[in-house]
Amino acid sequence: MMRLIDRLPRLGRRRFLRGSAGALPATALLAGGVAVSATRVWAEDAKALKPGSAVTLVRVARDIYPHDRIPDIFYARAVLMLDAAAVSDNTLRDLLEEGVMRLDADARDRFQSPYLGVASESDRVALLEAISAGAFFKKVHGALTVSFYNQHELWPRFGYEGSSAEYGGYIHRGFDDIDWLPKS
Amino acid sequence: MAKFDHNDDSLVVIIGSGAGGGTLGNELAQKGIKTVILEAGPRYEIADFVNDEWPSFAQLAWTDMRTTSGTWQVAHDFPNLPAWIVKAVGGTSIHWAGASLRLRDWEFKTRTVYGHVPGANLLDWPISLAELEPYYAKAEFKMGTTGTNGIPRLPGNNNFKVMAAGAAKLGYKEVHTGNMSINSQPRDGRGSCQQIGFCFQGCKSGAKWSTLYTEIPKGEATGNLEVREKSMVVRIEHNDAGKVNAVVYIDADGNMQRQKARVVCVACNSLESPRLLLNSASSKFPDGLANSSGQVGRNYMRHTTASVYAAFDRPVHMYRGTTMAGIIRDEGRNDPTRGFVGGYEMETISLGLPFLAAFLKPGGWGRSFTSGIDDFSNMAGMWIVGEDMPQETNRVTLDPVAKDKFGLPVANVHFDDHPNDIAMREHGFRQGGAVYEAVGATRTFRVPPYPSTHNLGTNRMSEKPRDGVVNKYGQSHDIPNLFISDGSQFTTSAGVNPTLTIVTLAIRQADSIAGMMGRNEI
Repeated sequence: MMRLIDRLPRLGRRRFLRGSAGALPATALLAGGVAVSATRVWAEDAKALKPGSAVTLVRVARDIYPHDRIPDIFYARAVLMLDAAAVSDNTLRDLLEEGVMRLDADARDRFQSPYLGVASESDRVALLEAISAGAFFKKVHGALTVSFYNQHELWPRFGYEGSSAEYGGYIHRGFDDIDWLPKS
Repeated sequence: MAKFDHNDDSLVVIIGSGAGGGTLGNELAQKGIKTVILEAGPRYEIADFVNDEWPSFAQLAWTDMRTTSGTWQVAHDFPNLPAWIVKAVGGTSIHWAGASLRLRDWEFKTRTVYGHVPGANLLDWPISLAELEPYYAKAEFKMGTTGTNGIPRLPGNNNFKVMAAGAAKLGYKEVHTGNMSINSQPRDGRGSCQQIGFCFQGCKSGAKWSTLYTEIPKGEATGNLEVREKSMVVRIEHNDAGKVNAVVYIDADGNMQRQKARVVCVACNSLESPRLLLNSASSKFPDGLANSSGQVGRNYMRHTTASVYAAFDRPVHMYRGTTMAGIIRDEGRNDPTRGFVGGYEMETISLGLPFLAAFLKPGGWGRSFTSGIDDFSNMAGMWIVGEDMPQETNRVTLDPVAKDKFGLPVANVHFDDHPNDIAMREHGFRQGGAVYEAVGATRTFRVPPYPSTHNLGTNRMSEKPRDGVVNKYGQSHDIPNLFISDGSQFTTSAGVNPTLTIVTLAIRQADSIAGMMGRNEI
């Protein structure tokens, strides 16, 4: 039998909050952890971005890298890392704020609603495609490529086990345990 | 441990401590020749390596500014990261996967065998396989290469088993876990492979050969080798007679130092080696050192590469175990009926989730991208590595604008794929996909080249001085006591991973240098 890993390890709040993305705002603790609704609470704790902009960016993040198995909190953490970088970088902050404003304006033009209110994913993706060659999209996409997928707590949900040397490698943990190949 | 004086003009000074420089340093030290290695990067030990792709990249990779141009996709996807190589003691022998294949006989004489290929600057090596065979044997023994010297091959991991099952369905014959310089059993004071994965991030068990913990400490133990870390060489100097006599470098504290030398060996990998020669231009050598042919920096090769990943309906966990212990060799032959000259290997490869996200489709997003990532645990992967054509216009030059922190021009790397490269890559994509589809792949991914790990040819060997930079010993045609000791001396790239040949040439070069010094020729 192949040794498989639990795609949904129990993610206790304390363990999650000790995660690799750095210290989290205290209000996140009070808000009760990892529920999807936490997004707006997180956004209140954005240090550089306006709360509304942070909420929109979390939606943008999911539209760029849509994984239905992944709760919003992982997208929010990636956005908060971008927010943290913007605290000491006014150029970045302006790029993000102006990018969100432009996206909302485009959404109002085409769908009579700000970006967050555009119900259909394909409509939101069309809005992103229209700006995908610009600096705002490239910055958000490039930052997410690292900060979203590099969250260790995310990895088991994709079946990735991460660091192995401390467990003695895979020599006794299934490096060759595939059991479904045709017999040749 | 040796500590030599800056004014000691009896030393061999080697610039770079990777597969070429680190091996050469030990070989010379074993012969009693006093040698200094200057390494731009810091010295880590095995305990410092991390099984975590981005932090490891930040720790080890050479990320100093470089620029790119040309139509190759790397210039679009990674404009300031043309190469994925290491800045640390041990150089890219920390990052390499361990695949250790000899060049084939005909790969030393491609101008003769392939004939004239339009646009290609093909040239036969000034050396034959027969001449190198004794040195290949020494290299394989030194490195503990599996499948040689009675050393058993590594066991195959899940990723290999998928590839091998598909290869069998397609009728491929030469399929195994490779000739790997990774211990399959304890040897030379190092343990055997624990199937950790993360071969690219520095081997945590030390089973994989790297100069960092083999050649370098052995050389240091003789008392004849000093390795200076964080020492970035900025210029090689020469005397009025046109012989090199010193190197100027910035030390760990940021101070400029000048180390006198009897012999200088350049082993900085194929981007920095020509850059250093070009940045060392003088009134006597206005086009850069060793460059009377105009070939310094030209004929840059990076192998025709690509990857094929495939998703299955059931799990694979490709990242478990040795990354590159798996090979299909049948396409390595030269068979122009396939539509290209030269051959390629198919070798297992895997990436962790963070790097797969970065490399699966650079710039990709949306559901067509993320549905691939969702298949991570059910994926298998292979790397295609084949011969690419040397072209005079594919070259490393000094960037006219960008400077490093010392004010020196950085390397610009220009590359255009040759039509032969494109035809070979397309063939590899097709065959690689077929291997996986034969065992039930539900989706295959054609992944474009990563930043180059195999950088070759920019100071190439030639019989005639007008055709290249160095002779068959890696000795420059123009300056007898200046040697090239890395993959930049390759005349052509051949279709196999280059490290074994770099080590082989370094062992041979040590014999040559010792002989020339003994005869007072240099």
